[in-house]
Amino acid sequence: MAYDYEKSIRPGKLPHIWCPGCGHGIVLKGLIRAMDTCELDRDKTAVVSGIGCASRLPGYLDACTLHTAHGRAAAFATGIKMAKPEMTVLCVGGDGDGTAIGGNHFIHACRRNINMTYVIMNNYIYGMTGGQFSPCTPTGMKASTTPYGNPDPIFDISKLAIGAGATYVARTTAFHATQIDKLIAEGIKHKGMAVIEVLDDCPTSYGRRNKFRSVVEMMKRLKDIAVPVTAAAKMTDEQLEGKVLTGVLFKEERPEYTEQYAQLIQRVQGA
Amino acid sequence: MAKKIALLQGNDACAHGALYAGCTFFGGYPITPSTEVAEVMSQELPKVGGTFMQMEDEIAAMAAILGASLAGAKVLDATSGPGMSLKQELIGYACIAEITCVVVNVMRGGPSTGMPTGPSQSDMQQAKWGTHGDHAAIVLTPASCQELYEETGRAFNMAEKYRMPVQIQIDEIGAHMRERVEFAEPGELEVIDREVTTLSPEEYEPYADTESIVAPLAPFGSGYRYHVTGLNKSADGFPTTKAELVAHEEQRQIDKVALNAADIEKNEEYQLEDAEVVLFAYGTTSRSARYAVNELRKEGVKAGMFRPLTMWPFPEKRIAELADQAKAIVCAEMNLGQMVIEIDRVAKGNCVVAHIGRVDGEPINPGQIIDKVKEVL
Repeated sequence: MAYDYEKSIRPGKLPHIWCPGCGHGIVLKGLIRAMDTCELDRDKTAVVSGIGCASRLPGYLDACTLHTAHGRAAAFATGIKMAKPEMTVLCVGGDGDGTAIGGNHFIHACRRNINMTYVIMNNYIYGMTGGQFSPCTPTGMKASTTPYGNPDPIFDISKLAIGAGATYVARTTAFHATQIDKLIAEGIKHKGMAVIEVLDDCPTSYGRRNKFRSVVEMMKRLKDIAVPVTAAAKMTDEQLEGKVLTGVLFKEERPEYTEQYAQLIQRVQGA
Repeated sequence: MAKKIALLQGNDACAHGALYAGCTFFGGYPITPSTEVAEVMSQELPKVGGTFMQMEDEIAAMAAILGASLAGAKVLDATSGPGMSLKQELIGYACIAEITCVVVNVMRGGPSTGMPTGPSQSDMQQAKWGTHGDHAAIVLTPASCQELYEETGRAFNMAEKYRMPVQIQIDEIGAHMRERVEFAEPGELEVIDREVTTLSPEEYEPYADTESIVAPLAPFGSGYRYHVTGLNKSADGFPTTKAELVAHEEQRQIDKVALNAADIEKNEEYQLEDAEVVLFAYGTTSRSARYAVNELRKEGVKAGMFRPLTMWPFPEKRIAELADQAKAIVCAEMNLGQMVIEIDRVAKGNCVVAHIGRVDGEPINPGQIIDKVKEVL
């Protein structure tokens, strides 16, 4: 029997805005499956985004959804979570939104280890504005604002999240569709800041400029570069050249922010 | 029981006014000369089970209060010039998404870093027009510590009632001078909480037209699932580019303030009955203006003062009447000519409109005002 996604989609809101071949729809389906796995009460679930193609995702989901300003998802989400800690708070967005204009909010949400799940769709480009380079566009590649090749080094989003203090960090790709929901579900269940980076492709704005002949070719690349973190442990640096580690990259227990704050209130009120 | 009376600086009075109004969430970022508001909130909010968040930057502080407000909290942010400039995009977000919040701007010199420890009133037009796009604004300008305590409560009431950001503009003197403040007893001052929808989740539309044209809110997590966006939207909260829907929503957001101006406006009129010269002054500058009125009266000059406590929406009707009545309106403000533009626009040449400005980090003194009045008459 086909999976029932429709119960989680708002009536009349499809078709979505994403181009054919875009990976965001795969992530949306993965997110719905993860929400189902965790049996989330959608009345008590806030899904927060910034601006960009990926940030249009909450509009399709039947939940408490908030499409904020560019880059600000994590900061809005922090306000919701602190005001109503009993709510499940999910953030979704793209690489430019989350790590360029929203980079400060992203790292500080990680530092606080606030109990949220941030799904970041990394398609290494600003898609909505027509393909400008982002902090994740690989060096040397073409974007509408790097006509001579991108001179910038990139952010490794997962490493950034780990360094900033997130306590659950996982990565997969749009090709590995069945892994997406598992990693997100584990992130939702994790108490603390969970970051799930999903590499997905933008055939329209990135593929076209960088000589990818088809979506299939882009998908095949995602398949080829992904190396499960367990397999990588047995591989040499040479073998890992150009590869991307996938799976749960980091997990630790550390005091969670809303609980810490609740304890602070108890301490002050008890004094 | 005797009332609680304290010697408080303006920033402290503002924080206590917010607490009286039921503020449960503060988001902020340290900046002179507003920081004491945050310090008091960090001390007091946990005592009442509220949340104090010092965020990573000014924009995050604004974002956090908007998130908390959507979840049902009464929220406050306090900042100063540069911080206010950074918040402008999200003030616009609060306007279009109709999110209740109160933002305090302790005005200092500028532009840019300016004079962080000096008083100024040079963000008065920014308070109205700082964020891009057409939008309404409610901006209050209290002049004493007691008034700041009470007007902060009124700011919350207006924000809750009209579901939008309300700004309080203080200057550095108003923020840091210490005066006697009498705390209100519970129930003594009006406290308005946002109207919550009585419709079922199936019937509920977050931005639907209602009798008061301010649709009742359903806080996130209360059983109502809806969408909030900064895009132009229709009554159901979803983005639209349909011309008639966009125009309708934009107009409704302007109208909810314009049609309720009588409820929002608040002014003090001092010796205006027979005034031939009207001093227009607000905030701490009005204290010099009041002194000037008294001195001028002693000399036989029929002077009076018009002091707006609500600066935006601008008190157009009353200023137009005063322009008919008086020979001159003299606007005293610590900037190089901001609210005088509005007075000039409304007076339509029916009286002389003059300006006294100052931007050197010193307050406008009564002597300056008296000299200007004599020059004008």
